[in-house]
Order: sequence, then structure tokens, then C-alpha cells
Amino acid sequence: MSTVSLAQPEIIQPGRLTLFLRYLRRNKGLAIGLLILLLLIIFTVYGLATADLSHAYPISVKSKQPPSWEFPLGTDFFGRDLYVAMVVGLKETAIIGLLAGALGTLIGVVLGFISAYFGGWLDTAIKGICQILTPIPALLMQVIIAGSLDKRDVTIYTMAFVVVLLAWMGPTLVIRAQVLTMKERQFVSVAKLSGMGDLGIIFSEILPNLLPFIAAAFVNQVFYSVFASFYLAVLGLGPLREPLLGNTIWAAQGQSAFFNNWWWWPLAPAVALVLILGSLALINMGMDELANPRIRKTE
Amino acid sequence: MINIITRRLLFLILVIWAASTIVFFIPRLSTKNPVRERFAELARSGGFAPADMEKIIASYSTKFGLDKPLWQQYTDYMVSIARFDLGVSYNKYPKTVMGLIMDSLPWTITLLLVTTVLSFVIGNLLGAIAAWPRAPQWTRTIATPFILLQGVPPVLMGVLLLFFIGFKLKLAPLGGAYSTGVIPDWSSPAFIWDVVHHQLLPGLALLLGSVGGWTLSMRGMGITIQGEDYVNFAEHKGLGGYVIFKDYYLRNTLLPQATGLALALGSVVSSAIVIESQFGLPGLGRVLDAAIRSNDFLVIYGVVLFVTIAVATLMVMMEFVYPLLDPRIRNE
Repeated sequence: MSTVSLAQPEIIQPGRLTLFLRYLRRNKGLAIGLLILLLLIIFTVYGLATADLSHAYPISVKSKQPPSWEFPLGTDFFGRDLYVAMVVGLKETAIIGLLAGALGTLIGVVLGFISAYFGGWLDTAIKGICQILTPIPALLMQVIIAGSLDKRDVTIYTMAFVVVLLAWMGPTLVIRAQVLTMKERQFVSVAKLSGMGDLGIIFSEILPNLLPFIAAAFVNQVFYSVFASFYLAVLGLGPLREPLLGNTIWAAQGQSAFFNNWWWWPLAPAVALVLILGSLALINMGMDELANPRIRKTE
Repeated sequence: MINIITRRLLFLILVIWAASTIVFFIPRLSTKNPVRERFAELARSGGFAPADMEKIIASYSTKFGLDKPLWQQYTDYMVSIARFDLGVSYNKYPKTVMGLIMDSLPWTITLLLVTTVLSFVIGNLLGAIAAWPRAPQWTRTIATPFILLQGVPPVLMGVLLLFFIGFKLKLAPLGGAYSTGVIPDWSSPAFIWDVVHHQLLPGLALLLGSVGGWTLSMRGMGITIQGEDYVNFAEHKGLGGYVIFKDYYLRNTLLPQATGLALALGSVVSSAIVIESQFGLPGLGRVLDAAIRSNDFLVIYGVVLFVTIAVATLMVMMEFVYPLLDPRIRNE
């Protein structure tokens, strides 16, 4: 008797990178967002490595020069090279965004977990505080916090903290809702019945399944932090010496740049911020699609 | 129903209490003494000797009750807020903060009302059409640029509009409420046109920044609603496309959008304020901007607190509108 062996068709499993690139081809928003972000990072890193960073501060170059070969983005009224100011400003914006984004997400994850997993009066208290603080316009409230600081104390780090103070409620409520649904799932019950402790369940059962939501909350939080710190800076509450993008726009407004024909001055930071916020928004939407197959199917 | 109303009102009072408490305590936590800072600034520009300054600061502290114990300051403050008394401006001394706010409020409300209503209507229509499978292709492509623009905050939109429309094309003025040298006269149509012309760019900046958000959320909801049984049933009954669109589709998506409107209120008002300061319009934004530039701290606190209370109140009021939109709540 001869055994008939069915020849298994060989499946070539493409590598992770090709799969990722193929996914990006389908999810164009995410691809464009990541591309813009990558270009901004290259611009900043290249600038930080090659340019003379002291030119980002006042009276370092000839003032009020329109864009030229020597000054690709022109110089401002105070004698700052706007190209170098953009490089430093982008770096500082990235620091504020990442720091405030990470802190806000971290607080949100911790509070959301405590609130949903342990429940009881803790849950009532955390949820209640979030609900009371949510209708308060955080962008305006942080004007008070930033305005109460001594001008000398305002640095990009204090700005990040000011932003975080009123920006942890969103992630808390999101993570809380996710943990609430997840802790009722069967794999959690199985873990509980097999004698696993609370911390074990949280770290090895629930947290890994929450990662996509945490990542989405993080991108969202970075977007909000960049926006909120920009809001403060454009009202003149930022660290005034630093060439933060919002500060540059504020300074240009203060000197009536458009009336005086210095059109390049507010334009450079505005375009840079549009690119940052636009790319973050695109990545955010793209990640929604990644995490939520329902949207993916209907697109 | 009465039950819901009392619960919502209690919630509103809690929100107002929380906001005023933050506004009271945050400045007192900091080491900065605004009165001293303000007079130090005046002393630098000349006018009086530093020895007089200490006396003036002491008498100001007594006058504003800053030497009383903290809890008494807090209760005094809460009582004065309950009476809508937000103190006086240091910079424009006899003027009260409430007076400054009331003078500028009509400008802000007009700008906000027009842009919010327009963006809500345009955004929702665009979103509904973009998700509607039977809509012609070109109507769907209109929505795309707006969706892309929704990540751009209005202030940045303001800079770009000022550059392209105000500076390059010279189609709109670069700022101010009306042309310099014009005497305000609300009975002359030429003056009113001048004011409208000056509001054009700030209004457009606010509009373009917010339309996309409505489009996006409406489109998302529209897509999910299409699979619903009642929409399929209506189609199989042979109802016309327009009826389905209006009664099955818009009507059902409008309720969550109204909730969204209440939630967006805070950020819309915040954007309007910074836009006003950017364009030099005589609204709350310019009051706040001038106060920040001159360290007029009671005005800063007053404006922020006023806007916060107004936004929170409006948000709670919106919930009383739901029963009109949704019969399920009405019958409860």
C-alpha cells in the first residue's frame, strides 16, 4: 500500500517589516502621519547636529532679514535666526509633548486601574472627581496656574506639569471603561480561580490586552499636550526666553509682524505646528483604525 | 424629571464650587506676590521711592483683605462670587472686573454664536453626506479637506489666513474691530459693514478649525447607522432616499452630536478667546490678553472664572434640551 502524501503548499510568511509596510499601504492616514513625523524628526536632529544653537536666542544675528540663502527662514525683530529657533522650538515642543503625554497617560492608567479594578468608594471618588473637573475648560484653567508662577520659574518642564495638572481625566476615564469590560472576561475569572493575586492579574492578564488602548491614549495625550502648551505660549505665558513655537508667534503678534511686512516671522512656527499637530492627528486616526476592526472593515 | 433637574443643578453647583476653589487656591500656593510684583514694576518705571512701596503694599493688603486668615479670605471670596463680584482691575482702577467683562461680552458672544452655529450645521451636513452611500461622489470629496483641517487649532489657522488672505491678497484687514480713525456709530450701515469685514478672518479661522470635527464624528456615526436593521427595513419598505436621510439618519445621529456640542463648548470658547487676542478684537480675549501683559491678576482670575462658570452652566442647560430631541428621555 502506498500512502498518498498530500504536498503541503509552502506558505511564505513575509517578514514583520514587509507586513507593516503592506499595512501602511492600506492605512494611508497612518502612513502619511508617520512620514511627516519622521521628516520633522530628521529636520530637528540634523539642525541640532549642525547649526549654531546660540542663534536661536536674541541679538545673535542681524535682525529683520527676509528668508535668504544665509537665513533660510529669515530672522526676527530681536535678532534670532528663525531656522535655528525652529530647530530648538521643535525639540522643546517634543520634550513637552512626550513628558506631559507620558505623565498624563501614566496617571490615567494607574487611576483608571485602581478605580475600575477595586471599585467601591475609590471608584466613586475617582469617577466623581473626573466628572466634576471635565466641564471646567482646562485650557483656560491652566492660564491661572501658569499666570500664578513666577516668570523666572517658567521653564518647558514647569509648562509640561501645568499641562498635566488638568489633563489626566481623559485617559483615566478611557482606561477605567476598558478595565471594567475586561475584568469580566473569562480569562480573568480563570486566572482568579487558579489563585492568581490582584497584581499578577493586573500585570500579566489585563495590562497586555490594554496596550493598544494605552498607546492610543498616549498619542491622544501628546497631541493635547502640544496643543495646550501652545495655547499657553501664544498667550504669552510660556518661558519667554525660549524659542518655543507658540512664543515665537506671540512675539510676532506683539510686534505686529504682518503690519510691518515681516510675514516670514509668524509663518514659520505656524507651519511647523500645523505639521506636528496634523501628523499626530493622522496617526491618532490611523491607530483607531488599527485597534477597531469595525472601522477597518467599512472603510 | 424633577429628580433629574435637581441632580443636574447640584452637579452644576459642585462644578462651580470646584472651579472657584481652584482659582482661589492656585495663586495662593505660589510664592509669587502679584501686588508686590505689580508695584515693583511701577517703581522701576519711576514715580515713588521703594520705602513708600512697602507702605502701599501693606495698605493694599488690608484693603483687599490679604492679611486676614486664609479660611476667612476663602469665605469672603465665595460670598463675593455668589454676588457676581469679581473684584476690581488694578490697571483700570475704578473699573470692576465684572464691568470689563460685560463691556466685552457682546463681541465674544456674537462671534461665538455665529461661528458655532455655522460650523455645527455645515459640519454635520458634510459628515452625513460623506457617509451616505447614495450621495454623489463630488459631495464626498468636499468633506476631505475639512477633515484634514480639524487637527489645526484656530490660532494657527488665523496666522495662515492672515498671511494668505490678509497679507498677500489684501482682501481682509489685518486686525482690530474696525478701521482706525472710524468713530463707532451703530446706526450707519457703512460702519456695521466695516465691523463685519473685520470679523471675517477671525470668524473663518474659528469656522475652519471646527467644521472638520463635526464632519468626522458625524461620518463615523453615519457609517455605523447604515448597517442598522431599522434603516434596512425603511429601505425595503420603499421609502425614498430623502426621507430616510432626514428622518432615520439625521434625526438619530443628531442627539449624540448635541452632546458633543455641549462637550466641545469649553474648547470652542477657549479658541475664541485666543483668536480675539490674536486679531485684537474687543472681546473677552483682548481683556485677558491685556491683563496678562500688564499683570492685572484679578482680571485674569475673573475672566477665567466667569468663562468657566458660563461654560459649565451652558453644558448643564444643554442636558435640559435633550428631552426635546429624544422622546425616550421625555417619557421617562
